[in-house]
Amino acid sequence: MSQAQESRAQVGPPLWLLAEVTYRCPLQCPYCSNPLDFAQSDQELSTEQWVSVLRQGRAMGAAQLGFSGGEPLVRQDLPELIAEARLLGYYTNLITSGIGLNEAKVESFREAGLDHIQVSFQASDPELNNAVAGSRKAFEQKLAMARAVKDAGYPMVLNFVIHRHNIHQMEDIIDLCERLGADYVELATCQYYGWAFKNREGLMPSAAQLEVAEREVNARRQTLAEAGSAMKLIFVTPDYYEVRPKACMNGWGSLFLTVAPDGTALPCHSARLLPIEFPNVKDQSLKSIWYDSPGFNHYRGDSWMPEPCRSCDEKDRDFGGCRCQAYLLTGDADNADPVCDKSPHHDRILAARRAADHATAGLEELTYRNARNSRLFFRG
Amino acid sequence: MNQIPKLRPGFRFQWEPVQNAHVLLYPEGMVKLNESASAILSEVNGESTVAEIVERLENRFPEAGALEGDVCEFLDDARQQHWIMMV
Ligand code: SF4
Ligand code: SF4
Repeated sequence: MSQAQESRAQVGPPLWLLAEVTYRCPLQCPYCSNPLDFAQSDQELSTEQWVSVLRQGRAMGAAQLGFSGGEPLVRQDLPELIAEARLLGYYTNLITSGIGLNEAKVESFREAGLDHIQVSFQASDPELNNAVAGSRKAFEQKLAMARAVKDAGYPMVLNFVIHRHNIHQMEDIIDLCERLGADYVELATCQYYGWAFKNREGLMPSAAQLEVAEREVNARRQTLAEAGSAMKLIFVTPDYYEVRPKACMNGWGSLFLTVAPDGTALPCHSARLLPIEFPNVKDQSLKSIWYDSPGFNHYRGDSWMPEPCRSCDEKDRDFGGCRCQAYLLTGDADNADPVCDKSPHHDRILAARRAADHATAGLEELTYRNARNSRLFFRG
Repeated sequence: MNQIPKLRPGFRFQWEPVQNAHVLLYPEGMVKLNESASAILSEVNGESTVAEIVERLENRFPEAGALEGDVCEFLDDARQQHWIMMV
């Protein structure tokens, strides 16, 4: 066996493929996970190139496929890509803000074989929702589309990004979801990458806010279970309030493969911010990208780990946490994720928590995700 | 036994050659199924009753003996996980 074949045997297939088909989006969420300089990346893959990515991924074993962005609905060839994906046997997920969706499109996606549509909300009421989204009509449109999705026979999956300006709405959000008849509700507190990292002080909830929210969610879970309701509440709490990091992406290059709009292949959708060179599907087969490229092999295994991870008996559990977080908070992506209280940089997390206790910034002070702001970041 | 189990909307049962297993796919999730779970779910088609499913499985696996207990237990579990519903 050659060395490449040997390492191939240990590395499992990419079961999850995320196709970020575009960075274009009509909304301007200040917590968007897209890169700050997304406006510089305007060479999107063509339909044929995406089809090729889908075929290669499926042959390698990918079974779950997410279409996201940006706003994937912006791509006119989306129905074509969905149909191809479904034919190949993928379980196809569409992750959308609901803007640009209408009943006819929902129906055509259904015909193309789409399995699931997730509609994301910014809040439980129009004012706050629209202020966060940077759009005046977003909320009504989202409500209508959530209903259309359900009427077309899809499971209704609603996603709310939670931060300090809407975390007090937990009860209202869950009420709204019950009224709409949601099957799954994701209450996902911001993860601080991309625009959310830039806006962290203005987004991160305080410990006290989080405690109340957790209590509320747990109480509602119990009532739902007692009522035999199938509505599932998934509450993703911010890891800034943990003492152990999350097992990011279930391990670098172990299950997840993201392809960005320009064809850059990434082990996670925020990995682009790392000072590592990542391969492009235009230049290389997906197989050689996944198994052989230096970018994907960079943080596989644990031989790259410095202390305290190197000699830690928990390294098989969390893989040292998130590389992007280590990079953003310590300047060196090899370091332990500072969320870990064994990390010598854990004080940066503690400082962020203290700042969250005293933060006063209003929504209007956040930096909104739009092309104008993005170009500023590129120059700056 | 007269109830008809059916996969919940958004759930799909399929064979994955690379994993050499049947899987259950659902919104942003996937479970790899063991052989008995796959055998049972392969008979869940939204038309057959539990009794019919048991009978077909007993025909498929004569050496396994009576299967009613196992099948009911699995279906009960699958319903609690909200993978299937009874119609
Ligand atoms: S987070 Fe908001 S701005 Fe970013 S892609 Fe999604 S809807 Fe658009
Ligand atoms: S020291 Fe590293 S491996 Fe150990 S628990 Fe902390 S992050 Fe995980």
